[in-house]
Amino acid sequence: MYKYDHYDQAMVDARVEEFRDQARRRLEGKLTEDQFKPLRLMNGLYLQLHAYMLRVAIPYGTLNSRQMTALGDIADKYDRGYGHFTTRQNIQYNWIKLEDAADILADLAKVEMHAIQTSGNCIRNISSDHFAGATYDELVDPRPYAELLRQWSSFHPEFTYLPRKFKIAVIAAEKDRAAMRLHDIGIQIVEQNGEIGARFFVGGGMGRTPMIAPMIRDFVPLDQLVTYAEACLRVYNRYGRRDNKYKARIKILVHELGAEEYTRQVEEEFAHLLGQGIEPPRDELERIKPFFADPPFEDGPKMVDRSDPDFALWVDRNTVRHKHNSYVSAVISLKPVGGIPGDATGEQIRTMARLAKQYSFDELRVMHTQNIVLPHVKIADLHALWTELDAADLGAPNLDTVEDIIACPGLDYCALANARSITVAQRISENFAAKRRTEELGELKLKISGCINACGHHHAGHIGILGVDKKGKENYQLSLGGSEAEDVSLAKITGPGFDEDGVVQAVETVTDVYLKHREDGERFLDTYRRIGMDPFKEALYG
Amino acid sequence: MKILTGNDLKTGEVVWWDGNSWSRFVDDAVDAGEEADIVIAREEAARRVNVPYALDAARDEQGHVRPAHIKDRVRALGPTVRRDLAVPTADKTGWDWVI
Amino acid sequence: MDNSLGRSPDEVQFRFRDDEVADHGTVTVDACCDQTNATAVRIEPGDDARVLVPFLDRLALIEVNFPAYTDGRGYSAARILREAGYTGELRAVGDVLIDQLSHMRRCGFDAFAPDTPLDEEDAKRAFATWDNVYQSAADRRRTIQELRHE
Repeated sequence: MYKYDHYDQAMVDARVEEFRDQARRRLEGKLTEDQFKPLRLMNGLYLQLHAYMLRVAIPYGTLNSRQMTALGDIADKYDRGYGHFTTRQNIQYNWIKLEDAADILADLAKVEMHAIQTSGNCIRNISSDHFAGATYDELVDPRPYAELLRQWSSFHPEFTYLPRKFKIAVIAAEKDRAAMRLHDIGIQIVEQNGEIGARFFVGGGMGRTPMIAPMIRDFVPLDQLVTYAEACLRVYNRYGRRDNKYKARIKILVHELGAEEYTRQVEEEFAHLLGQGIEPPRDELERIKPFFADPPFEDGPKMVDRSDPDFALWVDRNTVRHKHNSYVSAVISLKPVGGIPGDATGEQIRTMARLAKQYSFDELRVMHTQNIVLPHVKIADLHALWTELDAADLGAPNLDTVEDIIACPGLDYCALANARSITVAQRISENFAAKRRTEELGELKLKISGCINACGHHHAGHIGILGVDKKGKENYQLSLGGSEAEDVSLAKITGPGFDEDGVVQAVETVTDVYLKHREDGERFLDTYRRIGMDPFKEALYG
Repeated sequence: MKILTGNDLKTGEVVWWDGNSWSRFVDDAVDAGEEADIVIAREEAARRVNVPYALDAARDEQGHVRPAHIKDRVRALGPTVRRDLAVPTADKTGWDWVI
Repeated sequence: MDNSLGRSPDEVQFRFRDDEVADHGTVTVDACCDQTNATAVRIEPGDDARVLVPFLDRLALIEVNFPAYTDGRGYSAARILREAGYTGELRAVGDVLIDQLSHMRRCGFDAFAPDTPLDEEDAKRAFATWDNVYQSAADRRRTIQELRHE
């Protein structure tokens, strides 16, 4: 894990004091709300439907047990006893007081955490593969590159008032577990002729105009990585649209210019910037890498005792192959049947921290699917771990199933939402669990957003649900065929929307169509791609 | 009727204009009528409320104030999925009309 | 049309230069490229700062206007001019507020003429926000990464 040195710590401490001063000026009336808003947003503080909400950054989704414990403590000390893990690997608290915000940031700074740039029209928290450093299929650990970019993007003097928010994801495997091509910049670390470099995809995103990022450069040498990113951002800062908020993301610029013309402009800027000497010294990457070195793995049993069927099911569902054959990555589901996707109590958060310390070399990850990973668990320890998780209501065996639903906070919490997301997620998971059909349906990624901003990634769901406002009533549009993974695609709307009861039933209907048409080994998505939309439409609308 | 809502600047709590100050309870809300814009401007400038706005509402036969739009109804009660965190009020019928 | 957007130097609240303040009226970017005697120019957010590069030698003052502080194009304009070797006064004008000062300074601005005068104490603190910095920018400060590997 990366550890701050005194420079990193000083930056975060300075930001706490800067924000304390800004909050003071707001409370004294020296700043209007219009002036204060972008400043508080750049420290992750929103004004939501019910209260202030604070979003805390978890860089590339990685944290240690001390940090996780602090997150649990904040939930109890400053909030109402829980937090919500988000689709960008962060955590947010729903009931924060402005007068407490600087103190919370100070508590975070003590454990090398912050809320910097978790909102606002700036470069947001860099996300990454939640199995980075643990998975068998990666070229290298992507996190050192993400850390290099974290530093570069923090308080960037030129890119703090961009046309719109800016999200970057970094991966280093062919399997994409970070929705990389649905980011403003997706970076894949690749190897070419024995050399490691970065492949750049620019202009992806969800929101009201979903787009898959085109590749604009297949290989950027590592000693030019930051310079290339700077060129991508400068072209965007100068020419991204500012006349219309809904057309201000970089995907619109890339789309309107065409990927070729955008690339030409980036390459021109890049050539210019190469002469400016802005790239950090190459030694910096070498300094960062050892922080992400393997922990001291030990050989041990490769199999578990499967005599307890509940445990065996959890192992089958929630553990993932590790690069060391005596270990697995274990996923802690935050999707209990009928629960609120991504929510965890302060107590649960501290429990996960303790288990990480005991069983996973002190390390945890947040998944963009709103679950938690213990990346390095000895197979021999799995039963003990599961027993404790189960006791803490954290043992749901449903990774990547129809119960493992991504849902944004929706109208229950969010000032932008048009409809509730959580209730729909709760009812769908309860429905399939009650009918014992979860297992039969296999991998099925269901994603729900409560408005067109698509925080719930509905465009990328095998089944996607979008909540809309239909004459003052909640209404839900169903879409099929999306994927955020390496087989990335955007879901298509089935037809007219449904009310809440109707959409719960509609999801069941489309899974019936799948089961009827499924061929050997096909996932829902595979069957949809093979047979197309028509059979689903026919079943839904007759 | 036209009622006013906003958030407390310091605590962020949802508040409603009761004619003299800002209350936590939607049932305290009064018709701001023609005064709405004036109250909003004055109260915001004095930092007694943050991001205030006017909305349509009606008072039912039991005297409960019911905002017209679903978003404001959720705002008045709290998250429908965490009723344990609802704004404490004697109105036991609130959840029946929120959606 | 009168190209002079006319700002008198006494509206400059903060200046980090020792030379004489240029007291010329500024002209638009288009006018600056057309007329060979202009020594002061004003850049609006939509202007391409690079068209000024051939004329930098004769310019003593470049104003970059921020009609709204949320429009960040002026930061790129400033860095581009400094990267091209411009050493004259680079003045941020318009909706210039406390919390933008430190970033503006890093992008190469060395004079500030806010529409509304800023609190001197708050501004002083703002200019001193960062003991160290992560990025190489127009101020050419040694970055944290460079300091780590000295």
